[in-house]
Amino acid sequence: MSNIPVELKYAKTHEWARTNDDGSVTVGISDSAQDQLGDMVFIEVPEVGATVTAEEACAVVESVKAASDVYAPVGGEIVEVNEDLADSPETVNEDAFGEGWIFRIQPADAGELGALMDAEAYEGFLASQDH
Amino acid sequence: MPFIPHSESDVRDMLAAIGSQDIEDLFDEIPASLRIDKLSGVPEGMIEQDIARLMMQRAEADGRPLCFMGAGAYDHHIPAAVWEITTRGEFYSAYTPYQAEASQGTLQLIYEYQTMMTQLTGLDVSNASLYDGASGLAEAVLMAVRANRKSKSRRILVPTTVHPHYRQTTHTIVKNQKIELVEVPYCPEGGNTLADALKQYEGEDIAALVIQHPNFFGILEEVDMLTDWAHAQGALVIGVANLLSMALLKPPGAWGTKGADIACGEGQPLGVPMMGGGPYFGYMCCKKEFVRQMPGRIVGRTVDRDDRVGYTLTLQAREQHIRRSKATSNICTNQGLLVTAATIHMSLLGAEGLKRVAQACHANTRKLVEALTESEYVEPVFNRPYFHETALRFSLPLENVMRPLNAHNILPGYALEQEYPELADTLLVCATETRSDADIGMYADHLGRIIKTQTAAGCPVKPKMA
Repeated sequence: MSNIPVELKYAKTHEWARTNDDGSVTVGISDSAQDQLGDMVFIEVPEVGATVTAEEACAVVESVKAASDVYAPVGGEIVEVNEDLADSPETVNEDAFGEGWIFRIQPADAGELGALMDAEAYEGFLASQDH
Repeated sequence: MPFIPHSESDVRDMLAAIGSQDIEDLFDEIPASLRIDKLSGVPEGMIEQDIARLMMQRAEADGRPLCFMGAGAYDHHIPAAVWEITTRGEFYSAYTPYQAEASQGTLQLIYEYQTMMTQLTGLDVSNASLYDGASGLAEAVLMAVRANRKSKSRRILVPTTVHPHYRQTTHTIVKNQKIELVEVPYCPEGGNTLADALKQYEGEDIAALVIQHPNFFGILEEVDMLTDWAHAQGALVIGVANLLSMALLKPPGAWGTKGADIACGEGQPLGVPMMGGGPYFGYMCCKKEFVRQMPGRIVGRTVDRDDRVGYTLTLQAREQHIRRSKATSNICTNQGLLVTAATIHMSLLGAEGLKRVAQACHANTRKLVEALTESEYVEPVFNRPYFHETALRFSLPLENVMRPLNAHNILPGYALEQEYPELADTLLVCATETRSDADIGMYADHLGRIIKTQTAAGCPVKPKMA
């Protein structure tokens, strides 16, 4: 079973969201998602300053197996991206919930976070996806 | 890798294995309203004897004229060994070699091709080829819009010195993606794109500038100035370059301070016969930073578990079988067989051979221009340097000249008025290395006589020196 931090929120498309002290939201993909995708070879991050809506595809994680979209869990403005991933995409594999974060959003409506799952719900969701 | 079709019993066995009676069953989920039972424009099949005869008649209808026409496809000499080797069973397939374990020879050949392309264009990476030059430009435009993340405009500046067919094809492919192709007029004296024509776009959000060099008129563009101007605007540069001319001219990767970002164009001059318009192949190269936005196949070199060198398709995660609608392209393939011919052609000629062919083309075209403009009724349209074709204006109706020349089995050139109404009675002429002094002399002699007859008959014409 993957490790699923309890302080984070989760989307059905396997992104995690952490609300920071300044109200911004850091986004990455879950440990389970990186495990499914395999070794990362390239992470395409969004442009800082871009405006995205919730569930909009705004980044791409490319592994040896596939290239997958990363969706914004909340709408808002991209305020920071993880530039380090350009040189070391494997960070997403090694530390999906920490150093492997992908971008940070300033939400237009923090209420949208309510639509996400908590750790327990996500764990149940993962279990229901197992086959 | 031979192509082996399924026999009837193979098909029966496979259907039995999945519990189906008929191949049609596999398509039954497609609604009847979307299906076409019969293609009305496609005639019944013919037996081999009849088809051979039909094809022979069609081929003979071309009449093998003495060709002084270029305009995008060029009559070059192809060493006999090129197609002798290309059509060997080991190479004779246009299919993409997905199975690395069964296709090392083909994969290595494509890898060598890519290496040659990067050397010719001065860029970092090449793909395994595209359909043709025109669709290659369309792909380059789509790629530039994806790759230029600073630009939000989806506007591409396209000088009218870019091949008209390339512009039309590109428009067809990109128009529904809300990409705007903005035409930039050419200088009537030089036949090139001037800084003045670009000035009005200064400071605007432009995704890319297309530069064809040599351009459709055969004229050399001021590539350094144009490239630097585009980069200063935050636009990418797409270079459409004749590969053969790269043996003499500065390659796209060396244009301006930073070099063009993408190069694309037609590969036909390298080992592909004119074949009535195709199939040809398109090439595409780019800077390494844009490789993930590049459409098409790329072959990479690696080592296997025993450290032996091997070749395989790489960066496939960008492609349609993985990314589906978000793939870098959904129409791309490679032209494997033609790339095979081009690679063998280039390896037989070598860098020195390519250079000598390019020099001979330039020299012959100069001789041709000199010979034709001896007539006071013919003059060059543009005053800038050209590679192996240029425009000549006739001071009598072009049609009256072309018809008798055609009757003498001479293809005198491309009438520019078809695409450029302002260039009436103007021919784009080309003499490759295959045109001898005698060929050029024959064209000039016939032309001289035709003009004499026309002018003596009291046709209302005016000499250029009037």
